[in-house]
Amino acid sequence: MAEPEHGVSRDDVKKIARLARLHVEDSQCGAIADDLNGILAWIEQLGEVNVEGVEPMTSAVDMRAPMRPDIVTAGGIRDQILANAPKAEDGFFVVPRSVE
Amino acid sequence: MTDLTKITLAGALDGLTAGDFSSVELTDAHIEACEAASGLNAFITPTFDLARDQAKASDERRASGTVGKLEGAPLGMKDLFCTEGVKSTAASKILGDFTPTYESTVSANMKADGMVMLGKLNLDQFAMGSANETSFYGPVINPWRNGEDLVPGGSSGGSASAVAAGLCLGATATDTGGSIRQPASFTGTVGIKPTYGRCSRYGIVAFASSLDQAGPIAKTVEDAAILLESMAGYDPKDSTSLNETVPDWRGACGQSVKGLRVGVPKEYTIDGMPSEIEALWQQGVDWMRDAGAEIVEVSLPHTKYALPVYYVVAPAEASSNLARYDGMRYGLRVDGENLADTYERTRTEGFGDEVRRRIMIGTYVLSAGYYDAYYLRAQKVRTKIADDFRNAWDSCDVLLTPTAPSAAFPVGRKINDPVQMYLNDVFTVTANLAGLPGISVPAALDGNGLPLGLQVIGKALDESTVFKAAGALEKAAGFTAKPEKWWA
Repeated sequence: MAEPEHGVSRDDVKKIARLARLHVEDSQCGAIADDLNGILAWIEQLGEVNVEGVEPMTSAVDMRAPMRPDIVTAGGIRDQILANAPKAEDGFFVVPRSVE
Repeated sequence: MTDLTKITLAGALDGLTAGDFSSVELTDAHIEACEAASGLNAFITPTFDLARDQAKASDERRASGTVGKLEGAPLGMKDLFCTEGVKSTAASKILGDFTPTYESTVSANMKADGMVMLGKLNLDQFAMGSANETSFYGPVINPWRNGEDLVPGGSSGGSASAVAAGLCLGATATDTGGSIRQPASFTGTVGIKPTYGRCSRYGIVAFASSLDQAGPIAKTVEDAAILLESMAGYDPKDSTSLNETVPDWRGACGQSVKGLRVGVPKEYTIDGMPSEIEALWQQGVDWMRDAGAEIVEVSLPHTKYALPVYYVVAPAEASSNLARYDGMRYGLRVDGENLADTYERTRTEGFGDEVRRRIMIGTYVLSAGYYDAYYLRAQKVRTKIADDFRNAWDSCDVLLTPTAPSAAFPVGRKINDPVQMYLNDVFTVTANLAGLPGISVPAALDGNGLPLGLQVIGKALDESTVFKAAGALEKAAGFTAKPEKWWA
């Protein structure tokens, strides 16, 4: 399998997984690195294209962000918002302790 | 009485108008077909009781003189659309118990037009896949067979399989890189992805927001036009929704293509493509010429870079969109030792392999030090791809290409190299990157008796011409083959 210029190492896999909030076992890092390197090597052909002076395309259609009045459009639906919560109590989301 | 599952949507709407049958009868016939076809695994959540209620209500509306565009028609809903009170899973574990308290705009439009919803259709998990094998609820089986079970394509595999098997008169689907058109090609159905912004994305589980578009999978070009007219329309709840009126697409379907300039992009020939697909493409060119169109050779020089661009842009947007699944406000939560551990366990258990792989790629290409080399560069090449199309429109009105580089392939085919799987979308992904409408029309059977489609790509907002060209192609192809009913 081709190696990309910026190859992903096993340590990189750990780092990316941490950024993505995914858990990766040490034993999986090598296989995931190979997988990502295969895809990245293929993506690197984009380096052949001359993009000097080319604007990046950020939207599929040319349009300005639409404006609307800054008012509540769908308020007062607390119970609907909580309806799918893994844990809710007294009208609040219940989440794990985040400050020790 | 005729088999009501074999008629088209247009035929069904006519039959309902003429009083030949009721929506309840039409719906019951389709529910029976669905129940007999559980082996195809097309549905994640059937809603037959709801469908019977909706059919009864539709018949009552019709009796009182209210008739919507889809009045009384039993249809399927890809399980990527949020439906109020009906589980909406995106074929994932993480949303396995998610029951929205609101309705997507597309499904709301269809409800307002009198749709009867038979259920939520299977798909690739979070619409990431080209074979419908990444679903947490198991693969969908193609009603077309070649001695063994075949995939229906993806990600809208349940939609395509259900329409091809006569389980519903039409279905919603979504297309980020080819997820409507490739399954349509694999199942002998019609699928259109409209111009980006035609259909509201509100209430559709997001994959890659600058590419995602909804559209229908249907039995005929005319049926696709009827469905899209209901699905499309301006929606202030989606900031990228286009404030444009919905034209009479159904009326465009039968129009003459005399004088239409049909572009044939020379770069849409790839190594290893079956000669049958090459030959069918040439056949399509001849059909259009015979119908009075003018054939023009065009060049889209950056075509080969479209897939690599897609596999930077789509995972980048996905990694951002899927950050919302943290196990706190909705969806699965897997408790860990602390908050960070809970996040990680929730997401690792809740997402499948392909979804995690794309989140990892997306996170990497957006991370410090690599953003310019990968993401920014991909966005610039995307501009070049869109420019290719703008240049092509100087000499032609639509483009004619194959839809997919192969026919349907066996379920469970081992693919160790994900890049090989990504090549399925080589002819469809360009239209997503440029935001253009594209339709797949069934054109012929290959030597193994499996359907192959041809694709028409049009200018932005020019679905009318796309429907016109697709209608001419459909007429010339005369594709009437149906899969043998082995599943019931």
